Amino acid sequence: MRHTLSVLFENSFNAIPRIAGLFSGRGYNITSISFGQGEDPEVTRATITTDGDERIIEQIAKQLNKLVDVVKVIDLTYEPFVERELALVKVQATPSTRAEIMQITDIFRAKIIDVSGKTVTIEITGKSDKIDAAIGMLEAFGIREIARTGAVALKREFKK
Amino acid sequence: MTKKKTQKRPEEGTLLSGTELLIQALVDAGVDTVFGYPGGTVIGIYDALFDHPEIRHILVRHEQGATHAADGYARSTGRTGVVLVTSGPGATNTVTGIATAFMDSVPLVVITGQVPSAMIGNDAFQEADIIGITRPITKHSYLVKDVRQLGQIVNEAFHIAATGKPGPVLIDLPKDIQLEKAPYQKPGPVSIRGYNPTYKGHSQQIIKAARMIDQAQKPLIYAGGGVNSEPAAVSLTELAVKARIPVTTTLMGLGSFPESNPLSLGMLGMHGTWYANKAVTESDLIIAVGARFDDRVTGKLSAFARGAKIIHIDIDPASIAKNVPAHIPIVGHAAEILPELTLAVGRPYTQGWLEQIQKWKQEHPLQYDKDCCRIPPPFVIQKVAEVTDHRAVIVADVGQNQMFAAQWYGYEEARTHLSSGGLGTMGYGFPAAIGAKLGNPDKTVVCVVGDGGFQMNVQELATAMKYGVPVKIVLLNNGFLGMVRQWQHLFFKKRYSQTILSDANPDFVRLAESYGAIGYRVEKKDDVLPVLRKSLEVEDRPVLMEFIIEPESQVFPMVPAGAALNEMIETNPEPTA
Repeated sequence: MRHTLSVLFENSFNAIPRIAGLFSGRGYNITSISFGQGEDPEVTRATITTDGDERIIEQIAKQLNKLVDVVKVIDLTYEPFVERELALVKVQATPSTRAEIMQITDIFRAKIIDVSGKTVTIEITGKSDKIDAAIGMLEAFGIREIARTGAVALKREFKK
Repeated sequence: MTKKKTQKRPEEGTLLSGTELLIQALVDAGVDTVFGYPGGTVIGIYDALFDHPEIRHILVRHEQGATHAADGYARSTGRTGVVLVTSGPGATNTVTGIATAFMDSVPLVVITGQVPSAMIGNDAFQEADIIGITRPITKHSYLVKDVRQLGQIVNEAFHIAATGKPGPVLIDLPKDIQLEKAPYQKPGPVSIRGYNPTYKGHSQQIIKAARMIDQAQKPLIYAGGGVNSEPAAVSLTELAVKARIPVTTTLMGLGSFPESNPLSLGMLGMHGTWYANKAVTESDLIIAVGARFDDRVTGKLSAFARGAKIIHIDIDPASIAKNVPAHIPIVGHAAEILPELTLAVGRPYTQGWLEQIQKWKQEHPLQYDKDCCRIPPPFVIQKVAEVTDHRAVIVADVGQNQMFAAQWYGYEEARTHLSSGGLGTMGYGFPAAIGAKLGNPDKTVVCVVGDGGFQMNVQELATAMKYGVPVKIVLLNNGFLGMVRQWQHLFFKKRYSQTILSDANPDFVRLAESYGAIGYRVEKKDDVLPVLRKSLEVEDRPVLMEFIIEPESQVFPMVPAGAALNEMIETNPEPTA
């Protein structure tokens, strides 16, 4: 099952390879991993999406927690959470297909952010499965390049 | 930790160079012994060390020897072992020792010189990315980028190495940082946001565990390396005796429970006793303390203790429920949890269980062929136990010698059995014994080693001679890479591919003598005891005793790899004549 882990760790040149090395060294899967500064300037937040049974996920969380740099590990999977990924997709486009591509872009609430004589580049944000669906629709036109960020996620709050 | 005061501590704010700050930080951490080897990027540190006689530097002959010696020092004393080596090859030579310490949770601080900051990444002379190389085998590591942080980094490194689940910490110190100056600051308290190991167990869990123990009829304590220190070992004995629960230990746990106690079942696992493995299989409650259900202990997991509930006490949450699910997990240090559990526990009715175990012990004792042609290795270990009254520090290497030492010595006290359990590092024993003796000048230290493993760090004879370290080396020479040969014998139709060492082994007695050490060769059973006695009289140098043992002797019982614990081969299926 797919799990989304939010990992807060102290900024250190060694922390990112330690976290990544844990996955390779212990044979865990990484579907995506993204890093960026969090609310505290000294702390980086990683969002990791991974696959595995409950036992493996529990081990991953425990092994991450064991790293000295890691401040907190949150498994968001069983909590309501918001998740977004950003993808840039460069699609082949001719004057005759451009209108249709724009229509698909609209349906997915995506944006065209660059255009050339032969291509358009589309910015898509959303949950990973939405991005997969959009890319699936765009495949028919011929995809030149894709760049995806991997998911970032936060727990959803309900208090008023 | 003791602090000798031969040098006055500098005033706060005094400007010191990186090398001086490093040495002062070691002094502040209570370090009395450093194992190391000089080289280009640490010349400055060695120069600063020159003015600090309160730190004893042990010059080894190979950096691997330094890490193993520091490891032996740490395991036997409980104090953090310290290693100092140069960059590049000096650093990479420490890798096996660091991995050994990591697998067995031994506190080490390894300081490596590094090329100047500006040259890092340029493939400079004697440059190696030692932080990267050791990342999976260190608990934590630091590359010092600012001399002002050096003191605090050393302080943190010692804190991380020795607390929680202990482990090796590496500090990589570039040459330019060593030369820069910064004001000295006394070490303050360490606070690391992401590092707060749990010591005290959850009280409710402990109560639940006590009730589960009260209701058990066939309980068994399975103790590992996490209990092999004072006061945890004493607390373990108190719990076992109060509740009358038998105890089996892992290789790493040997010494945590006195084997002379009738409740002791000795070691379990691949070469454990028949009755320990039988008891695990039949038990209805396993109380695992400071152990991690390693594959050499459990055998086939699906058949491991099928009828038993599991209480798992460990300081490392990641060790709990990793291989075997726990009914009651308790995170914390054995020394904190065991006294609380002992108070809470009643007295389960174990009489029938204890009688059953007694019967198993009588019917299936550890045994060996006493009339075997040459010297049976278990006989040598028994005699070592006899002359040292089970109170020596036994440092075993890896292989058959290790298993003979584990099975036959009869350990009584914590921290008296040292061996590379997790990594299984041949070559560990002899340098680790030197470190153990340097840390325990008043104890007898015996290294049990084979002819293969001894040659992997034989150069440390020079170290032992230089410092007059009277380690007793019990070299069990079968002329084979014995344990691999045993597997070839049992599982590969006796095809002894590349396991014969006898055709090119040195004359070990003359080898020892060439270093100035004392060497004895023992070929007859009757000579074993007198030679061991003679060795105990030597106090100024190592004694190497080469015992010519039966070449094809084997270690039994044995649980073949992948088999269940109760599928033991008890004795040799086809005895060698």
